[in-house]
Amino acid sequence: MRDDKEGKPRSLTAVKPAKRSGSQRPQYLAGEELLSPPVDESYIEVLRELVAHLRQKRTELREEWARRIMQARLLKAMTEDEILAECSAVYDNYLGTLETGSLEALEAYARDLSERIIPRGVETHEVVGIVLLLRDVLARSLFGKYGQNEGILYRVLDAYEPAANRIANTVAVGFVQERERVIRQQQEAIRELSTPVLPVRERLLILPIIGIIDPQRARQLTEQVLRGIRVNRARVVVMDLTGVPSVDAAVANHLVQTVEASRLVGANVIVTGLSPELSQTLVTIGVDLGKMFTVGDLQGGIEEAEKLLGYKVVPINPKSDLSIG
Amino acid sequence: MSEKPPSLAFGSGGAGTNPGGKSGPPRDVRIEARITIKAVEDIVEARQKGRALAQELGFSMTQSTLVATAISELARNIVLYAKTGEIVLSRVSTEQHVGLIITAQDKGPGIANIQHALMSGYSSSGGLGLGLPGVRQMVDEFDIKSRPGDGTQVTALMWL
Amino acid sequence: MEIPILKQRDYLIASVQSVLTDEDLINLRDKLVQQVGRYRSDGVILDVTGMDVIDSFSVRTLRDLAHMIRLRGATTVIVGIQPEVAFSMIQLGLRLKDVPTAPDLEEGLAYLDRKKGKRTLPPHE
Repeated sequence: MRDDKEGKPRSLTAVKPAKRSGSQRPQYLAGEELLSPPVDESYIEVLRELVAHLRQKRTELREEWARRIMQARLLKAMTEDEILAECSAVYDNYLGTLETGSLEALEAYARDLSERIIPRGVETHEVVGIVLLLRDVLARSLFGKYGQNEGILYRVLDAYEPAANRIANTVAVGFVQERERVIRQQQEAIRELSTPVLPVRERLLILPIIGIIDPQRARQLTEQVLRGIRVNRARVVVMDLTGVPSVDAAVANHLVQTVEASRLVGANVIVTGLSPELSQTLVTIGVDLGKMFTVGDLQGGIEEAEKLLGYKVVPINPKSDLSIG
Repeated sequence: MSEKPPSLAFGSGGAGTNPGGKSGPPRDVRIEARITIKAVEDIVEARQKGRALAQELGFSMTQSTLVATAISELARNIVLYAKTGEIVLSRVSTEQHVGLIITAQDKGPGIANIQHALMSGYSSSGGLGLGLPGVRQMVDEFDIKSRPGDGTQVTALMWL
Repeated sequence: MEIPILKQRDYLIASVQSVLTDEDLINLRDKLVQQVGRYRSDGVILDVTGMDVIDSFSVRTLRDLAHMIRLRGATTVIVGIQPEVAFSMIQLGLRLKDVPTAPDLEEGLAYLDRKKGKRTLPPHE
C-alpha cells in the first residue's frame, strides 16, 4: 500500500492535477475516509473516463474475472457457466457504482449480491475474494492502458483505488450482515419448532425440550409453559430434559423459576430426563433437587402425572345454596 | 431477537454506581409520564400508566406485567419510607432498540446502607423488605443513589 | 370496593374481578376471616384472576389471610393467578409458601374436597 505519510517522493507532484485549495487526497485508511466519496471534482472526471474504458473492455474483462475466480477455486458451489453468468450480471453494476460512488447504490448492490449467493452456500471469504479479484482485473487493465505515463497512471489509480476499495468493503460488510440476519431467522425458526407444548390428555401437558437452551429460549419456554397451563387448564406439566445436554447457571436458574411460576399458577411440574451431568450442574448452582419432583425418564414421568391426576371428584353442580356474605 | 446494547449510563447495580466513560450507541430519552406518589392509591395509578406505556412500546404481556410489578414495588417503597415522591416513566431508544426507564425518586430519609438493601431479599415470611434486589434482578439495567437525609433515586431500565 | 363472598356448601368463594386497592384487600381479608367463623366453613377459595399485579404487599396480605383462616380450622386455596403475574412474582422473589393454589375455581373446589377426605370416585373414561 502506498503511504503518503512516509514522504516518498511521487512523480505525481510533477503532474499535479488542478485542485481546489484545501481539498484532500483520498487516503488509504480503513473506516470513514475510505467510505467517503471523492471530494475532488477532477477525480470524478478521471473516474468517468476510466469507467468508460472498462465498459468498452467489458466482455474480455468479465471472462478474465471468471477465469481468475476458478483459478483461485472460489465459488466452488457453482458451475463454470453459472460463474460467468453471475460475473456478467455483477460487472456492469460494479462499474456503475464505481462511477457514481453513491452509497445507496452501493448498499443496494451489496444486498442484491448477498441475497443471490447466500442461498447457494457461498462463504464470506469467497465473496470478499471475488470482489477483490474483480478489482485487480480492472486495475491491471488500467495499468495496461495508462501505464506508459507514470504521472497519469498515478492519477488514475488515485481515483480508482479508493472507489474500488469502498465497493469491496461495502460488499463484505453487507454480506456479513445479510448472513447474520439469515442465521438469526433460522435460529428463531428452530427455537419455535423445538419447544412445542403438547397437551396429551386433559390436564396434562408435556414439554419435551431439545437442544441447547440460551437465555432467550429459556424465557420463551417459560411463557409457553405458563400460557399452556392456562389455556389447557393443566394440573400437571411434565418437563422432559432428555434432549438437553447441558445448561449454564443462568438457564438452570430460569428453569427453576419456570417450575415455581407454574406451581403458582396451580400446576405441578414433574421434571424428567435429568442426566447425571445436568443434575450435577443444578446441584452446583444450589438448586435443591429435593424440592423438585424429578423422575428418571419421560415414560415414568407421565405415569406419575397420571397418578396425580388419577382420582377426580365428580364435578360439583354449582347451583347449590348461595348466600351473599 | 437481537442482543441488548451495551450498558451505558447505568451500572449493574451496587450503591450509587455512577459509571463514567460512555460506550455504545447514543440514547434518546423522552419522559412520558410523571406520577406523584403520596398515598397508596397512587401506586395503582403509577403501575397502570407503566403497563400502558410498556404495551404501547410493544412489550409482551409478560414483560408489561413485570414493569407494572416493579413500579408497584418502587412506588410502595416511596409511600412506606419517604411518604412522598415521584415515579417518572421514560421512553428510551437507540437506533436499533427501544426500552422503558422507570425512575423512582424521593426526598425521604434515604438508605443508610445501600449494599445491605441490595443484598437482603424478602424474608421467608414475606415481611417488609425494600424489594430492591428483586427489582434489580428483573430489569436490564439498574442504578440507585441514596444518602441519608438526602433522598433516594432508583432507576431501572428494560429493553424491549 | 366491596367484593361479594359466596357460600357454596361448606366453602366460601370470593372473586376479585378488578383492580384492588390496598384497603380493599385488607377489608376482604378481614371479612373472609369473619365469615369463616360465622358459617364454620371448611375452606375458602379466593379467585384472583382479576389481579393484574401481585406485589409484596399483596403476597403478605394473602399469606396473612391464609394463616388467619387456618387458625379457624379452614383451608384457603388461591386460584386464577395469571401466568404473567406468576412470572413477575417469581422474578421479584415473591413466594406464596404454604398456600395452595389451583388453576381455576373448579380445580380449587376439587382440591378442597380431596383435602377434606371426601370419597373420590375413579375417573370416567
